[in-house]
Amino acid sequence: MLTYNKPTTVDEAVALLKQPGTRRRVLAGGTDLLVQLRSGRLQAEGIVDIKRIPELQNIREENGGFRIGAAVAGAALGENAALRRMWPGVVEGANLIGSTQIQGRASLGGNLCNGSPAADGVPALIAAGVRCTIAGPGGRREVPVESVVVGPGKTSLAEGEFLVDFYLPAQAAKGGDAYLRFIPRTEMDIAVVGAAVNLVLDASGVCTAARVSLGAVAPRALLVEAAGKALVGTRVDDAALDAMAAAARAACAPINDKRGTIEFRTHVAGVLAKRAAKIALERARSRA
Amino acid sequence: MGNEGNKFKWVGTRQVRPDGVDKVTGQATYGADFTLPGMITGKVLRSPHAHARIRSIDTSAAAALPGVRAIVTAADFPDLPSEVVAGGEAPVNYRHVSCNTIARDKVLYEGHAVAAVAATSTAIADEALALIKVDYEVLPHVIDVADAMRDDAPVLHDDLITSGVDPAPKKASNIASRTEFVLGDVAKGFGEAEVVIERKYTTQPVHQGYIEPHAVVASVAADGMATIWCSSQGQFMVREFCAKLLKLDDASIRVIPAEIGGGFGGKTTVYLEPLALVLSRKSGRPVRMVMTREEVFRASGPTSGGVLHVKLGAKHDGTLVAADIELAYQAGAFPGSPAIPGCMTAFACYDVPNARAVGYDVVSNRPKCAAYRAPGAPLSAFAVESAMDELALQLKMDPIELRLKNAAKEGTRALYGPKMPTIGFVETLEAAKAHPHYSAPLKPNQGRGVASGFWFNIGGQSSAAVHVNEDGTAVVVSGNPDIGGSRASMALMAAEVLGIDYNKVKPIVADTASVGYSFLTGGSRVTFATGKAVVDAANDVVSQLRARAAKLWKCDVEEVVWKDGVAYPAQGQTDTRTQLSLAEIAASAARTGGPISGKACINAGGAGPGFGTHICDVEVDPETGRSSVIRYTVVQDVGRAIHPSYCEGQLQGGAVQGIGWALNEEYLYDDKGRLLNPGFLDYRMPVASDMPMIDTVMVEVPNPTHPFGVRGVGEVPIVPPLAAVANAVARAADVRVNDLPISPPRLLSAILHK
Amino acid sequence: MSKHHVSTVINGEPIEFLCETQQTLLDVLRDELGFTGSKEGCGSGDCGACSVMVDDRLVCSCLVLGAEVDGCRVETIEGVAAGGNLHPLQQVFLNEAALQCGICTPGIIVAAKALLEKNPDPNEEEIRFWLAGNLCRCTGYDKIVKAVQQAAAIMRS
Repeated sequence: MLTYNKPTTVDEAVALLKQPGTRRRVLAGGTDLLVQLRSGRLQAEGIVDIKRIPELQNIREENGGFRIGAAVAGAALGENAALRRMWPGVVEGANLIGSTQIQGRASLGGNLCNGSPAADGVPALIAAGVRCTIAGPGGRREVPVESVVVGPGKTSLAEGEFLVDFYLPAQAAKGGDAYLRFIPRTEMDIAVVGAAVNLVLDASGVCTAARVSLGAVAPRALLVEAAGKALVGTRVDDAALDAMAAAARAACAPINDKRGTIEFRTHVAGVLAKRAAKIALERARSRA
Repeated sequence: MGNEGNKFKWVGTRQVRPDGVDKVTGQATYGADFTLPGMITGKVLRSPHAHARIRSIDTSAAAALPGVRAIVTAADFPDLPSEVVAGGEAPVNYRHVSCNTIARDKVLYEGHAVAAVAATSTAIADEALALIKVDYEVLPHVIDVADAMRDDAPVLHDDLITSGVDPAPKKASNIASRTEFVLGDVAKGFGEAEVVIERKYTTQPVHQGYIEPHAVVASVAADGMATIWCSSQGQFMVREFCAKLLKLDDASIRVIPAEIGGGFGGKTTVYLEPLALVLSRKSGRPVRMVMTREEVFRASGPTSGGVLHVKLGAKHDGTLVAADIELAYQAGAFPGSPAIPGCMTAFACYDVPNARAVGYDVVSNRPKCAAYRAPGAPLSAFAVESAMDELALQLKMDPIELRLKNAAKEGTRALYGPKMPTIGFVETLEAAKAHPHYSAPLKPNQGRGVASGFWFNIGGQSSAAVHVNEDGTAVVVSGNPDIGGSRASMALMAAEVLGIDYNKVKPIVADTASVGYSFLTGGSRVTFATGKAVVDAANDVVSQLRARAAKLWKCDVEEVVWKDGVAYPAQGQTDTRTQLSLAEIAASAARTGGPISGKACINAGGAGPGFGTHICDVEVDPETGRSSVIRYTVVQDVGRAIHPSYCEGQLQGGAVQGIGWALNEEYLYDDKGRLLNPGFLDYRMPVASDMPMIDTVMVEVPNPTHPFGVRGVGEVPIVPPLAAVANAVARAADVRVNDLPISPPRLLSAILHK
Repeated sequence: MSKHHVSTVINGEPIEFLCETQQTLLDVLRDELGFTGSKEGCGSGDCGACSVMVDDRLVCSCLVLGAEVDGCRVETIEGVAAGGNLHPLQQVFLNEAALQCGICTPGIIVAAKALLEKNPDPNEEEIRFWLAGNLCRCTGYDKIVKAVQQAAAIMRS
């Protein structure tokens, strides 16, 4: 039988995870882990349930932004009105993961660390410039969210480390973000393409900063710097959007698989990036 | 729950179904809910290869594992001869059923059962499976139907010589049969055509998608008496298949039907039942077996995919002069695709003087196909109705007008032989044309598609009994699993005939030892055929009730009239009272001759064919190829809706299955012939947010051969949607995709390259 | 290694059980506690037939370990009716024929009840998206959505 532990502090969790030869896996919402254990895709000898650690379950305002515990369920994120107002794209991404039932359990931490290139929660986190706190045997360290996943199913976390929280910085006075994904149905599909845009306008409506992130079009979610650059200094008009979409398409390195073809993903990446940018623009403009 | 102004008191009203409370409270017992003391768990070892010879199977390590109580392989099953037996809806080759249940000599698809174990826990059973050593010689495989028909294709069965071809081929191939239907002279017909549409269409296999995986509990007593609890579409079919596969007497197997969580044709065969039976016999314990969702996809039958070539010839005024279809359906690992019904139904909606249909039944290394709601018809209707739509566009004719011009009516000769009896196809077209949906305005990127469809519906053998209880309430006993609310309809019909309150009539679905033989729940037959048997049994009761009244009144039975649950002496001649209620007659039954029960055993003929016409509005996102169905209307001739709500439910459910078939459902294989999407995540069935409301119009052209005018309704609704959706998409996107599913990558590619 | 001893409240009743780590809440409900109303349709959280409430959150019980619900409140389909009285959702589902084979019905009723407790007046789109995780293959969803709307109206009045 697998071992099962439910630590109530980060240090307790680290102590369990760093024990050599124990092959313990972190359990937050379980919506990926349980499926993979059952199918045999993942092997484990023990489970460390981190949901009883208070700081993993908090959402609190900090320095104008938010510190979000890695195990907070998507449904709880969606219920935080202040978070939704400031970072609607991040919340959209999180709330698109699975069904209502999945939302009752799935966490941004799990969605990130599962390492799927198509994870819905990730592109908006990258576009928002989120930083992650990782705890381990060597103490805590902070890294940009885009450095956590290194390939399909693989993270940069070392032995004994786990994700504790995300820090979402304060959104700019005239900033807006959005996340869109393409799926063939209206729900319940893994993203075939995901696109997140976070952009900032100056008082005159010119874009001063932009981050564009694409999911499901490469071995991991991408921060497409060229796409962001294509918007900076412009009023985010059609020409700028076209240039951004072209840069987005150029960055794609997708595969043909059961969910989409290379041609399809590349084309749709450009389409979604544009549409997400338009929504982000509207949100930036309407931020008081 | 009012009467809605129809001429019957109960038939046609919307009563609460008798099994309903159990189902909304979670109390109903489905196949996997059933337990017996001492029950152990059975699991199946399945082939990881699409095509391989089995050199040897070594079960010794598994047998030695503590907790393992029995192991079976093909060696535990009789080696049946290969012969085709008439099976009711379609012929059955029991050797094939046996080899599909457990592989003999060869595995023919990934997921093919090779061995099964029963152990004291699921964990031990899984461990035991991992200890069974199978030595495979992997062979080249073939998945696609066109590939399987090629001369150089890997051959699945060394003895499969194409039937229906003269002279017979000299070597084995994957083409099991060729069948041809001819009416008139198609060459001459096409010679007279002023417009010709000729197209190729392809569809992919799709699964019935029932939410309940296959489940069974089997218990064999020391004297060999076997009892099986399972959810199936026919407890008599389960008994028969187990008896044939294991060379047992029917009488030594009793099959008790559990509630069934969806079937749609996919549960009209056996998978686990014979395995569970043998495991129970060998272990001396009851054995439960339940498929995982992955097993359902890897090992239970989808319906065929196919390649279809259609050619239509018409005059400028829209009159069809010739129609031709050539189709190849894949049967999966063993012959038996519905190529023949595909051919028979292809042009059934239309009066075409010259027509030909040729069908090929082709095997390939995929699970053996099983029936799925109007087997074979949705594919050929997709092809024909799409071609009709192109014909309408080319002729600049309204698509419904084109169909009206050529519509089959009573007396129209069908390609497959008979003349149509009383039918309601024209009525559905007219109702569709008059429906507000048809004239509602469309916005940019939206398109409207129309398509029609036909299904024969069947009758067949059914038995029923009606027992009068001592207090005048009644029990209606029949033998068909209730997959859509049929129990309520049986009670409605019996209540109508007996003339008593519906709530005093309790229907039950009995096991194989407790009611006479009934052919399975399928073919849209239950309300029709079992309903007829129930009506006959109820009429038998009424005759007996009249006879008992006559005895009490000491008059002639001819003088007794039965009306609204009461016996009246026709001429008021009794001197003791003027009427007797059913309850009163029941109370005195012992005095007048004993218990009162009626029965009927019939082979119902005269099933009324069904027709439907669907209207579908789709909005296409031209930048992504995504289609959304935004409005949908089903018009169908239902004969008579015994329970209107459940009748509507059939129309709505079938339509949505067809929409999923058209847009997103398909099996995807890797280059080793392994299924890539054996789960609901990537086998994409419609979810609630994908669908609009499904409006229904039930046209009633009663079937004269049924006492209440019933026609089968369950299968027709899945026939039109594939083309209705495809036609709508074609008009919305201004480009036509003739290959299903019209998934976004396919449609976007067509749009970008148009 | 010994099994986990779990204390919960299920449908308002304190219940204790033993389970192995790998046993899901669904396994425990069905195999250990006799609550067979929640169904396994897929085992991977894609069909919703196993839907239950855990601490007021709608979840798939096939994706929750039995061991995880120690100290939690669980509500299943068996607790929806109050004694012999059906919940309005259950009654309306019966009246409006919002079920055919009935296998998805327990999960849908649990999910719909959760929706109406959060949003007593959902529109059609809200109902459909809330129920997107509950697959039904028989009804095409039409009568289900209408039944939820009708039950909501009854509960509001």
